[in-house]
Amino acid sequence: MVFEKIAKMLAEKLECDEADIKLETEFGTLGIDSLDVMELLMNLEEEFGTEIEMGENKINTVGDLVKLIESKVA
Amino acid sequence: MLKGKTAVVTGGSRGIGKAICLKFAENGADIAFLYAGNTVKAEETLKELEALGVKAKAYQCNVADADAAAAVVKEIVKDFGGIQILVNNAGITKDKLVPMMKAADFDAVIDTNLKGVFYMIKGVYPLFLKQKGGKIINISSVSGLTGNPGQANYSASKAGVVGLTKSVAKELASRGVCCNAIAPGFIATEMTEALENDALKEAIPMKRFGEAEEVAKLALFLASEQSDYITGEVIRIDGGLAC
Repeated sequence: MVFEKIAKMLAEKLECDEADIKLETEFGTLGIDSLDVMELLMNLEEEFGTEIEMGENKINTVGDLVKLIESKVA
Repeated sequence: MLKGKTAVVTGGSRGIGKAICLKFAENGADIAFLYAGNTVKAEETLKELEALGVKAKAYQCNVADADAAAAVVKEIVKDFGGIQILVNNAGITKDKLVPMMKAADFDAVIDTNLKGVFYMIKGVYPLFLKQKGGKIINISSVSGLTGNPGQANYSASKAGVVGLTKSVAKELASRGVCCNAIAPGFIATEMTEALENDALKEAIPMKRFGEAEEVAKLALFLASEQSDYITGEVIRIDGGLAC
């Protein structure tokens, strides 16, 4: 469910097909920079009503972000 | 010029910080200012701000305390609904020649003057990122550009502010956030009261100390949309002292 949400957000932002976004997709290859990832993270915080300490985790792939959010929401 | 904006000014109860609060309020900004401990001065400043017809509130906060700085930013957002301008002005001196300067003297000055700036920027960073805009103005010092005997700690902290300013400017430039520094020379405030003498004035090409209001005018320019294409800049305001 977290993955679907992130894929949808990314697809909207990048105007691409949700199916093109996979767990192993690297943000770099999507043309998403570290500030974009931070913004995404902030939007997800709002969405899931959780607070995520920034800077602790390295987020390179969509899967990294999913794992991080799931660890906070679960 | 700043109508509808909320400005946070650290060290806002007196000196340059107070002049900036008043100048911004005259130009329509709501003001949340931080002060370290002088409640009497803070209340005076608060009254002067309210007399200008803007929303104003004073917050007692030690910016050298990372948790306190983070908490105060949250409190201000709750009270004012947002922040568009941050002025990092709070600063202290503990002037001594190096052999007499204790490690604690060095740390205290770095903690307030440099780390305090970092903590406050860290607080507003996600807000500014999200709103894709904002102005950060850091008060450095000519001492940080040229060095000054007796101020190893102070000049190191103020030089640090210059580097911090430029890094933050580059990080947030793509999001429409401007981060600049002001480097005042000798400005007539309580901090420089003991220094004001004729020999020193003679060393300043303009032969006088600057006024806090003159620094405030520059801060207003940097806080307004007049300076939207300026970021990562350090502007001296020193009567020609360091040119």
